[in-house]
Amino acid sequence: MAKLTFKTDLCKGCGLCVGACPKNLLVIAKDKINKKGYHPAEMTDAEKCIACAFCATMCPDCIITIEK
Amino acid sequence: MSGPYGTMAEKVLMKGNEAIAEAAILAGCRHYFGYPITPQTEVAAYMAKRMPKIGGTFLQAESEIAAINMVMGVASTGRRTMTSSSSPGISLKAEGLSYLAGCDLPALVVNVERGGPGLGGIQPSQSDYFQATRGAAHGDFRMIVLAPASVQEMADLTMHGFDLADKYRMTSMILADGTMGQMMEPVSLEAPEVKTYDKSWAVTGTDCKRPHNIVNSLYLVPEDLERTNFERYERYRTIEENEVMYEEFMMEDAEICIAAFGVAARVSKNAIMAARAEGIKVGMIRPITLWPFPKAAFKKAAEHVNTFVSVELSMGQMIEDVRLATECARPVVLCNRAGGMIPSPEEVLQRIKEVNGGMTK
Amino acid sequence: MTVFDKPKSLTDAPLHYCPGCTHGIIHRLVAEAIDELGIEGRTIGIAPVGCSVMAYNYFTVDMVQAAHGRAPAVATGVKRADPSKIVFTYQGDGDLASIGTCETVHAAARGENITIIFVNNAIYGMTGGQMAPTSLPGQITQTSPYGRDVATQGYPVKVCEMLSQLDGAGYLERVAVNNVKNIKNAKKAILKAFKNQVEGKGFSLIEVVSTCPTNWGLTPEKALEWLNDNMLPYYPLGVYKDKFAEEAAK
Repeated sequence: MAKLTFKTDLCKGCGLCVGACPKNLLVIAKDKINKKGYHPAEMTDAEKCIACAFCATMCPDCIITIEK
Repeated sequence: MSGPYGTMAEKVLMKGNEAIAEAAILAGCRHYFGYPITPQTEVAAYMAKRMPKIGGTFLQAESEIAAINMVMGVASTGRRTMTSSSSPGISLKAEGLSYLAGCDLPALVVNVERGGPGLGGIQPSQSDYFQATRGAAHGDFRMIVLAPASVQEMADLTMHGFDLADKYRMTSMILADGTMGQMMEPVSLEAPEVKTYDKSWAVTGTDCKRPHNIVNSLYLVPEDLERTNFERYERYRTIEENEVMYEEFMMEDAEICIAAFGVAARVSKNAIMAARAEGIKVGMIRPITLWPFPKAAFKKAAEHVNTFVSVELSMGQMIEDVRLATECARPVVLCNRAGGMIPSPEEVLQRIKEVNGGMTK
Repeated sequence: MTVFDKPKSLTDAPLHYCPGCTHGIIHRLVAEAIDELGIEGRTIGIAPVGCSVMAYNYFTVDMVQAAHGRAPAVATGVKRADPSKIVFTYQGDGDLASIGTCETVHAAARGENITIIFVNNAIYGMTGGQMAPTSLPGQITQTSPYGRDVATQGYPVKVCEMLSQLDGAGYLERVAVNNVKNIKNAKKAILKAFKNQVEGKGFSLIEVVSTCPTNWGLTPEKALEWLNDNMLPYYPLGVYKDKFAEEAAK
């Protein structure tokens, strides 16, 4: 199983990772607000992550770390 | 001669522009960037010949703007570097001069002045005095401005200029006129003593052993920008206290004091000798540093001088500094030619006689 | 095992760019190239004027902030001062293709052994969305409010095509960062542009077609689509020149 870590407080909620995920596992958490005042991205189902790193590749703020 | 370096070496006959170039090389400058413009092109031509032979860089840039920015690149690495130009070209370099100041980078810039404004002419002038000592470009900053009056001083002040630039992390400008650049005189050139300066701020690659150095002039927080400006002006105050250079000529009993630099000072010396022969008590203060200006010397002179005469190849620019330095305690009159014309000794003598006769306008 | 992490040559400073701005992706690709070539300790970057002016805060390497458009001249100075250093500039379209065109063209003409990362998003970002030299015909900006009229405002500057005519230019490639596939290609191109310099080959410029969601008035996702539908037809991706490969093939 892959382990995704978000530096949530650096997320700007741009959503580029959401669109990049081939498994549609990421969402912008509308119910959360980070330190910067953005709704951050989060993983909905870590079990299904295939560690393709598409999300991290698209992330402009380099906040995603992926381990396997 | 009054330069900061000894004159032990054998004398050679050189053009002023060539003396600047050779002196720069002796001072350790190995990176020159320029663009042709009369009457300073011999500096570039000399560098083009010499630099490849000594492992240095001569690069004819695509513009004066590019040249000063190449200088900024080399200066950022902590190495001695220079560019030279003449009046219209210096205007193009203005942006770079401001960035060099904002980044606290040492560099030597030579202006062999010609008449202006605009394309003006190609004959000698001193009409960039304001530009050099005041408004070189945007923002609060100063340059050290050195005004040679002989080919020997072209060399000596070039070497000295590099030292001052390194010592205070700022631009030294050699402000010469076309006469100084073009004329030939015997000059003795000797490599100066190599001093070392702290260059820990330079971009040399971190070697992954230290935090990165940033050479930068951007401060988006006004408090920070204000602080850097105040700090820089503290440094300028130290320079004003320690680095003033000038020559006094027959000032002991002078009742009339000529203020002149560069070729105007040479012409004035002849006029002074002629006036003295007629019994007129006239002397001269010749600023060698135009910034910092020898304020104290002029202020002191005002104690015994009746009238000051500012002899200039411009419409009257340094005259304002003479008035400021003397706090208008005595009349300061102008004796000038402009547009590439040089006052003759007779013209200066005539002015001395007018002043001696009581004229104060 | 770490599959993906922030490259070592990026600092921990949070990027000041707008949400979804692809500058961040391009910064990361540059840092990855520096890491992979093991040149962090001897690389010197030149930051431009524009949105990426503060690039000097984001790379762990020594940095110089240049005047608007003058980065290639400053880079020339740094490189000539110490050819053992790896020198790159990071410039936007206003910086490189408008005010700094002269410096760009002549650095290329000299075959200066530097690497230029040119970010083309067809608009001025920092000043709030004015027309860029690369703005598309008809594109609405603050200073082309009725759309860029080529009759009065001229045509966009195609930098790679223009520079490809110069004998001094070594490697010119246009890439984009609008999807994972293009980002991977962009990564390869940027790596190659740095490698060329490490190998002493000469001038390399990578034009990265990029977005500006804020000033295009689009969401970050829609901006990627706009790039694909409008920018790429006008600015086709590909290698515009690879003198070094041609020379190697001879």
